[in-house]
Amino acid sequence: MGKTLMGLAAGAAVLALGVGAADAQDKMKVGFVYVGPVSDHGYSYQHDQGRLAVEKELGDKVTTTFVENVPEGADAERVIEQLASSGHKLIFTTSFGFMNPTLKVAQRHPDVKFEHATGYKRAANVATYSARFYEGRTVIGQIAGKMTKSNIIGYIGSFPIPEVVSGINAFTLAMREVNPKAEVRVVWVNSWYDPGKEAEAAKALIDQGADVISLHTDSPAAIQVAQERGLYVFGQSSDMTRFGPKAHLTAIVDDWRSYYVDRVKAALDGTWKSQDTWGGFKDHMLFLAPYNPALPADIVAAAEKTRTDIMEGKRHSFQGPVKDQSGKVVIPEGKSATDEQILKMDWYVEGVQGKVPK
Amino acid sequence: MSADLALLGPILAAMLAAATPLLFAALGELVVEKSGVLNLGVEGMMLVGAVCGFAVTAQTGSSTLGFAMGAAAGAGMAALFGVLTLLLLANQVATGLALTLFGVGLSALIGQGFVGIPIPDVPELNIPGLTDLPVIGKALFGQDALVYLGLAMVPAVHWFLYGSRRGLILRAVGENHAAAHALGYKVVRIRFLAVLFGGAMSGIAGAYLSLDYTPMWAEGITAGRGWIALALVVFATWKPGRVLLGAWLFGGVTIAQLHVQGLGIDIPSQLLSMLPYLATVVVLVLISRDVTRIRLNAPASLGKIFHPDA
Amino acid sequence: MVYATPLLAVALTLVSGFVLFWTMGFDPVKALHAFFIEPVSSVRGVGELAVKATPLVLCAIGLAIGFRANVWNIGAEGQLTLGAITGGGLALAFYGDGGWWLLPLMVVAGMAGGALWAAIPAFLRIRFNASEILTSLMLNYVALHLLNYLMHGPYRDPEGFAFPESRLFEADAVMPLLIAGTRVHLGSLFALLAVAGGWLLMARTFIGFQIKVIGLTPTAAGYAGFNQKKIIWLTLLLSGALAGLAGLGEVAGPIGQLNPTISPGYGYTAIIVAFLGRLHPVGILLAGFLMALSFIGGEAAQIALGLPKAITGVFQGMLLFFLLATDVLIRYRVRFGAKSIAGRAAA
Repeated sequence: MGKTLMGLAAGAAVLALGVGAADAQDKMKVGFVYVGPVSDHGYSYQHDQGRLAVEKELGDKVTTTFVENVPEGADAERVIEQLASSGHKLIFTTSFGFMNPTLKVAQRHPDVKFEHATGYKRAANVATYSARFYEGRTVIGQIAGKMTKSNIIGYIGSFPIPEVVSGINAFTLAMREVNPKAEVRVVWVNSWYDPGKEAEAAKALIDQGADVISLHTDSPAAIQVAQERGLYVFGQSSDMTRFGPKAHLTAIVDDWRSYYVDRVKAALDGTWKSQDTWGGFKDHMLFLAPYNPALPADIVAAAEKTRTDIMEGKRHSFQGPVKDQSGKVVIPEGKSATDEQILKMDWYVEGVQGKVPK
Repeated sequence: MSADLALLGPILAAMLAAATPLLFAALGELVVEKSGVLNLGVEGMMLVGAVCGFAVTAQTGSSTLGFAMGAAAGAGMAALFGVLTLLLLANQVATGLALTLFGVGLSALIGQGFVGIPIPDVPELNIPGLTDLPVIGKALFGQDALVYLGLAMVPAVHWFLYGSRRGLILRAVGENHAAAHALGYKVVRIRFLAVLFGGAMSGIAGAYLSLDYTPMWAEGITAGRGWIALALVVFATWKPGRVLLGAWLFGGVTIAQLHVQGLGIDIPSQLLSMLPYLATVVVLVLISRDVTRIRLNAPASLGKIFHPDA
Repeated sequence: MVYATPLLAVALTLVSGFVLFWTMGFDPVKALHAFFIEPVSSVRGVGELAVKATPLVLCAIGLAIGFRANVWNIGAEGQLTLGAITGGGLALAFYGDGGWWLLPLMVVAGMAGGALWAAIPAFLRIRFNASEILTSLMLNYVALHLLNYLMHGPYRDPEGFAFPESRLFEADAVMPLLIAGTRVHLGSLFALLAVAGGWLLMARTFIGFQIKVIGLTPTAAGYAGFNQKKIIWLTLLLSGALAGLAGLGEVAGPIGQLNPTISPGYGYTAIIVAFLGRLHPVGILLAGFLMALSFIGGEAAQIALGLPKAITGVFQGMLLFFLLATDVLIRYRVRFGAKSIAGRAAA
């Protein structure tokens, strides 16, 4: 068995060299690793839109490769390693579960640059990046507060991680500001993408009286449920209007395009440095999908003002006073939450039903 | 307390809908297993049924055609299984698992052009007066056609198996294929037809998900329901009525735990998510204590390879 | 025939793969090269095959022994998860206080965790006659949710920005590497030991004999006085322990920590591996490598050619179908033309 394998490997090596030699390129190779399918029309899809933007703008200088549906366990390191070993000079790993595998591979390949999304560990050749999605939550929370008649908002959560919890909180704070009687009910589906579960969660929340739905999961299932029941919903990760034209008020759309193009350019002209980027509206890392034409003009105007205020730094999603569910003031008046507080958020603000699953 | 009672109606209605794909797939597999064949490829057949049904509906606008296509696609996958296991005598367990793997990939491949496309909704029943009845109104009179069809399949399958001659022959084949063969019954053909039926039912179950439950196509939209359906056949000790109870139990607890979360009751969501599975085990234990009942229902030739000259 | 058949199956797969890739618009030679040659064309590549095959083989050995006795353990995935939870939990409990004894203790704990999880279906079957197919399958989901719960709670790294990941295991709690330049770790050695042990058990011990008889003719086994209950316990605990070891190997090996996605479905794939290997330990070893190759080859094809992941799934299915279909040539002799006489069926 050993001898055959060795012989096979030797023969294969010769073959591999023969086929590989023909692929020598001048263009820089850029790799992308996705945790889900590109076709999810949500999170991974938006990352791929970033990749396509890179191809469109810099296609004469780079070629891109992507691997989709990479599980976050032991397989991730192998895929990243394979990209690094096959000539890719810049690799984007787009899910937080890829953090440690990225660092392990980065250690072995100091000449390759890595960009890890939504993580917190860096190295000389590993940068991190994410978007301040919670800024978008503030805007839609405000709209929700004004549009709800039952004063119950349903929130479909994926996993109780700080990114989702801070989103719930930002949403609730803005909602209560315009409607102190409204409350948010959260249901966790323990998955980023499960249309069946998300639809069931939406129905359960609606049956409990919610008339506006917000979600932090990636499929358009809840949009369809809201449309069917004549209620309102906000899309997530991408514009989901076509799944519920009457129900879809707006959506938070991830936008990695300008960031990816910038970073690839930096890698090309040698100015790339490891850094942490956490960009919001003003850095073009997220935007809101077009508002539903049925939204009253004054609500749209107020939403736009909130958005521009955030963009210009006049308003912070977590500006004090912010009270937690017990009534204790966590962020005093006049102050705003620090980045670290937001990154570690694992408690709810006043107005959210239930407790954060721990 | 009255709030909880008011939720009972919506929970029942949602439960019936959630149970429908499980019901179709499990009833189909029940017939297959009663004939002595174990087809573990339910998940793969459901997915292919889902994507093909969706593709046809997206292009023709007709849900009926979509469901028909879903059934045909499921039967097609089952035919592949049938050829491998009944004609080429391959191991049934492994072939079924391979079918699932194949179905996952094939459905993703076919579905690539259909992601993100919305389709028209399947209408729900609405009888003024009856549908508005408290608690049971929506559950009994406000569902769409497939839910009622699924419920109707339970007595239909039961009648076929236990009240018709053909069903008797099928069960005989499942009990002792050598004896049935000796009596002149065409074992392979009967099993093949059963397998096709199971495939068609799985295909309809999948199409229900992509055309009705959440009218969209997404890779892996079945999310493991095929495995639950397989488990339900065992749970039901191969009796159609029990399949219905199992599907209701599983679907009902799933919906109920979402409501518990929404009400803000302080139990971690991950522990609540375990409930449908634990409930199924507990109920199985309770009903399995009668050993004779199990022995009388499990087809004795289940999974055994049939060779006429062996 | 026994050796020619797999080759025939591979040949058929290559041909249909060629056609599949060509009709989908990809260079078929390059695609097949990416699938089969690229993963084995470097030491690191072969090492990755071993890393991927290790949990598959470990689980499959245990499962196969059970299947031989007609004990249908579908719960390897859950038992693997429990092994990771118990063994990995020890690593976290002794964080900062470890020593040379930590890893061996983790291995024992991992096996115990997996065995414990398998003991539930065993107990339910023996005491309540509940089918182990259903109970072990349901427990898979329970185990997954349990892991999820722990990762968002007690197992979470306190300095980890509330990510659902545990601390990275320290050196004392990590599987030593066996081959430099690869990720091949001690777990692979365990897998080889399991192969040898499994063969010994089935081929040379009385218990192995009992297992085989119980599987083939339970009535005769009853007359011979073989204790079916004992065998049910033994096979379930053994496969649970091996699956637990596989889980521990994953988190203490290539992953190096606990997180919610420690297995992309090894427990289920192992069932395929068990049958591809015809429930024989050496066959399982080869089948494990082949399955690992099909997964890794799929990744290589995505990277080298942009071949969508969906196509690799189809290709894998085809490979399995051909392997299973050509099996008929081994078990039966194919004769053309002669029709069986119905009267002879009484034989």
